[in-house]
Amino acid sequence: MTRLPQIALLPDGKRLHLQDGPIDLIVEAKGGSEVEVRAAYLMAARRFTGLLDELCGELTELRRAADPRKCSLSGVVAHRMYTAVAPFADKCFITPMAAVAGSVAEEILGAMLQAAPLDRAYVNNGGDIALHLTGGEQFSVGLLDRPDRHGVMRTMTVDADSPVRGIATSGRHGRSFSLGIADAVTVLARSASQADAAATIIANAVDLPGHPAVLRVPADELQPGSDLGARLVTRDVGRLSPAEIEQALETGAARARGLLTSGLIEGAALRLLGETVVVGAAAEALPASQALHGSAIENVMHVL
Amino acid sequence: MSDTTTAAAGDKIRCDACPVMCYIKPGAAGACDRYANHDGTLVRVDPHVVLERTVEHGGKLVPFQVSGDWDGKIVRQPDLFVTAIGAGTTYPDYKPAPFIVSSEIDGVDMVTVVTEGIFSYCGVKVKIDTDRYLGPETATVRAQGEAVGHVTTSEYGSQMLSLGGVHHLTGGSKKEGRVTCDTLMDLSNCKAVELTIDGGATVVVQAGKPPIVNGVAEERMRVGCGSATIGMFAKQWHGKVDEVVVVDDHITGVLSEHQAGKLLDIADTGIKMKGRRSTPGRYFQVADPGTGWGGTNISDPLSILGPFNPKEAKAGLTMLMVSTTGEHASYYVLDDTLEPVETEMPADLKFSVERIQENCEPALCTVLFMGGAGGSLRAGVTDNPVRLTRSVKDALTRVTSGGAPVYVWPGGGITYMVDVTQMPAGAFGYVPTPALVAPIEFTMRLSDYAALGGHMDYVRPLSSLRDSADVRPMPSIMGRRA
Repeated sequence: MTRLPQIALLPDGKRLHLQDGPIDLIVEAKGGSEVEVRAAYLMAARRFTGLLDELCGELTELRRAADPRKCSLSGVVAHRMYTAVAPFADKCFITPMAAVAGSVAEEILGAMLQAAPLDRAYVNNGGDIALHLTGGEQFSVGLLDRPDRHGVMRTMTVDADSPVRGIATSGRHGRSFSLGIADAVTVLARSASQADAAATIIANAVDLPGHPAVLRVPADELQPGSDLGARLVTRDVGRLSPAEIEQALETGAARARGLLTSGLIEGAALRLLGETVVVGAAAEALPASQALHGSAIENVMHVL
Repeated sequence: MSDTTTAAAGDKIRCDACPVMCYIKPGAAGACDRYANHDGTLVRVDPHVVLERTVEHGGKLVPFQVSGDWDGKIVRQPDLFVTAIGAGTTYPDYKPAPFIVSSEIDGVDMVTVVTEGIFSYCGVKVKIDTDRYLGPETATVRAQGEAVGHVTTSEYGSQMLSLGGVHHLTGGSKKEGRVTCDTLMDLSNCKAVELTIDGGATVVVQAGKPPIVNGVAEERMRVGCGSATIGMFAKQWHGKVDEVVVVDDHITGVLSEHQAGKLLDIADTGIKMKGRRSTPGRYFQVADPGTGWGGTNISDPLSILGPFNPKEAKAGLTMLMVSTTGEHASYYVLDDTLEPVETEMPADLKFSVERIQENCEPALCTVLFMGGAGGSLRAGVTDNPVRLTRSVKDALTRVTSGGAPVYVWPGGGITYMVDVTQMPAGAFGYVPTPALVAPIEFTMRLSDYAALGGHMDYVRPLSSLRDSADVRPMPSIMGRRA
């Protein structure tokens, strides 16, 4: 029997939840009519079914460093992943897996738009988000640096006139490992797959190589088969001085400015140990309401 | 656990839950964070996610009365009480994406964050009823050779240990974190754990069971300190024996010198105690701490006595020496050279020793789980998290853990302690981060819930849960709450 993904509407009756293996999507669409939204959701579910198997069919190749000269991948999503990471592949190690979340989000959004002309829609794949916007529609996006804490660090508005159609976040608290020490790097780009790849690259650049307060472990020691192999990934970041935090953020910000100049991203927000640096379009971001970000929030919880 | 999925511990296993087919190392989770390798067995580890997420995804945490309209009363005795145990694992194959705040907050449509990241601020406080010396204060407590906590204060008839906490869970080596997590979980689930104390004893601790110190099961708690024992039993000894010494590592009591003896006009006996005299008839440090008489290191009680003073002592004088639990007792008569000679104890003195034993409560280990619920957990309950904290402090909201009553610490956050023996079996789990997973429930009036900004849309009547597939009745265990 074919393994079927989890497909369900969330309790609010508005958003669709799709989950299969490590892929977890929250989808919301707004259209002219309910029929259109339903048609879009139906198409999203149809496209999602079997998508993980499609990717896993090429998993070995997807986990290899991308060759900047040629793409040997055949799947549509795999190809999108490659295209997103290719601009970085000649200068540093990157595998197509760095763009998997954004590429999947983009694919599902694309399927929905084939089914119905939507006014506004998003596919959120664990924080890597593909956007669709028309007319006067806009999205407000909240950034969090720590998923285990509540409170919006900052909000941003993306409207239809802006070229931004993809948002992604990368950092050391993520499910995938980071070579850098950033708590979170959120990137705005023209597509979700581009944002995903760039977020990985910038988060890796936020770093203090050789710093004794940073605990690094070979990735394959944590997760055998990781596409990062024996590369050292950040496990823990101890106390850093304000100057060191600034230095690490500046290294990342310099990388982000480079990508901004070459048109690969539209903006980025870099976060490390409570400090934030914003580059490009994200600079318009407004600080979040204090209600959810008071000192009580910093007080930590952790039931778990 | 089936044997088919069990590989030799230490081996990585291959997960076949989805086509990614992750190889998972012991103690680690696969790419999905849903499946993990626990000692060679593939297990689901969907974290019992904070209320935030569970409430968001159809909340099963808010308790309601069984039937009829809400009468405005706080649920008192939990005839039917919805607990948070397993609340994170909703229907099969479903894990709320931990990184997506799907409720609209502050007018935000969506939130982007990095995934995962449940860190733990929790531990256990262990009270071991024993007078035996377990080790010096602040000594490291180890499990499987790894530091998992430390010895803290000695309390009445007991020794306290403080185990876990974020430094052992995440601040040390990977192994230290894993062993600490296992130790906390086993202790919290009322399983026996062997602990070794640096420069001290090895003790097997199990909540609700007597401690086993260096292989010997402790039976009784002391009836009181040596001095208190003199006070309690002076009248019963009066006229039956000339002198009584209650041997205690903390405060050894001497009947003839003690205030209680003076009130009964008990004559001086010329006894000479070693150690440091605190007040009349009360001696500190008569010996070194140990696992012998009364928590000292001695096996011969006479070793704490100097020669009797010939001015007051006389041949034929009788003396009872007894420990604070009555576990050790000897009877002596002074010979012509004023040397105590051990002699068969008279029946009425034996009776007094048995009376001491009878008044000792059974020695137990007690384990209190302690955890802090701050920011995000509270936010899962209400839109305005600090109001939940205030309502807990104002006693409008009752906090329970697995349905068991908790003590909430004054001060910031919601830091609580709970007696693990009051909780249902298997209430605790873990995530390989490593961190402990514990249930917590907030109970309050519906009107108060609305007033503090509760997620009213997700409130469901209990009746709608009863037939639901995602409610599992808790197994009843002897000595535990059902």
